Amino acid sequence: MAGVEISGLRVVRGGTEVLRDLTFSVETGQVTGLLGPSGCGKTTLMRAIVGVQRITAGSVTVFGERAGSAGLRSRIGYVTQAPSVYDDLTVEENLAFFAAVLGVDPGRVDTCVRLVDLEAERAKVAGRLSGGQRSRVSLAVALLGEPALIVLDEPTVGLDPVLRRDLWQTFHGLADQGAAVFVSSHVMDEANRCDRLLLMREGRIIADDTPAALLEKTGTEEIEAAFLDLVAKAGS
Amino acid sequence: MNPRITLAVTRRVLIQLRRDRRTSAMLVVLPCVIMTLLWWMFQDQPDFGFTALAAALLALIPFIIMFLVTSVTTLRERTSGTLERLLAMPMGKGDFLVGYALAFGLVAAVQSGLAVALSVWALDLDVAGPVWLLLVVAIVDAVLGSALGLFVSAFARTEFQAVQFMPALVIPQILLCGLFIPREDLPPVLHAVSDVLPLSYAVDAMRKVTAHTDPAVWGDLFLVAAFAAAALVLGALTLRRQSD
Repeated sequence: MAGVEISGLRVVRGGTEVLRDLTFSVETGQVTGLLGPSGCGKTTLMRAIVGVQRITAGSVTVFGERAGSAGLRSRIGYVTQAPSVYDDLTVEENLAFFAAVLGVDPGRVDTCVRLVDLEAERAKVAGRLSGGQRSRVSLAVALLGEPALIVLDEPTVGLDPVLRRDLWQTFHGLADQGAAVFVSSHVMDEANRCDRLLLMREGRIIADDTPAALLEKTGTEEIEAAFLDLVAKAGS
Repeated sequence: MNPRITLAVTRRVLIQLRRDRRTSAMLVVLPCVIMTLLWWMFQDQPDFGFTALAAALLALIPFIIMFLVTSVTTLRERTSGTLERLLAMPMGKGDFLVGYALAFGLVAAVQSGLAVALSVWALDLDVAGPVWLLLVVAIVDAVLGSALGLFVSAFARTEFQAVQFMPALVIPQILLCGLFIPREDLPPVLHAVSDVLPLSYAVDAMRKVTAHTDPAVWGDLFLVAAFAAAALVLGALTLRRQSD
């Protein structure tokens, strides 16, 4: 089932066309990866799906409703690149506040602290945590409402490999429970962890397939090589 | 709007303030220090000076402080991405604004409560009217300051810029509110300008409470509250769920 449906999406910001006529969908029950160099429009695309980005043309529908409509607000978890949490509140206070805003059971706070492996830090002020820990607080906030669509903008930047593996397991766990998980990254080696890949460059989707199929089509061994191959083909 | 969400915002802002011990201490202690300084200045003067100025100061202090505190806190909220996150959640703009107004109104109540208590009982401020009315004026005034601070934070990109709005919006009001020259004695144009500035009415209200046993302050108070409500509406317009 399609969680997100995008058709003919264009976004112009400050006179530059950031997204150029995108059409694709994000399925539920899968982890969909959005890969591309930084500056290619990944964040703008994610913001459009969450409904905080003003769009120029086209349509973005989430679970059949227009992106940004009030009914969707409790069903989407969005993690921005820079962690959006209160630095002067503890991990627990941050989560308790957002839980109250979402109106979810306070018990979710414990569950989400455990999910991102911050039990030892729960009484610490967020501003004193390491960069990776702070982004995990931000991730935990996004998971509070048990969202049906989870949009994660480069969630694994700067994390150690063990934790990165664990987080990807968490993402797959959420997808197995039926959520649509949409993750961006500029690290190509994370591509293999996705069920489906969208490769993006200069505001366009240049490939949309499973990692294995992409490698096969391009006759390459690594996603990075596949990406280069596709760019070369697009340019010729 | 939803009371659960509004109160969650209020609670959170108060926890943040409490965590910042230095700011909380200054919020409580500074107004008392300023009132004491003013009292000391007029020690050897005929007794009228302190009372007239103290009333004006009791109106100015909560306004200025809450203006500054709110403009910086909400600017932080805008730049850290937490505001965008909240607006992507089922939070009404009213919840956010009223949550803030409640928190800072409460802080202003404590702050002004102490300053008024000190002035009345320790510094012998003559209050002809009911003392509690001084507090009511101070709280409405603080909410006005918060609302304006919230509004201007939309036009600042950095905390430096936010702080610059203080002299721009507040000092002219201090000059024209009747503290230096009675408003009636101002040149006609400036008098007319002072008629549309909210602080003029806040100071008028404070002065009436100290001077009259049965002060007619509800008109002034209503105007200050109306300005605060208008500033909150303007503030709501700056909270955008979508941006470019």
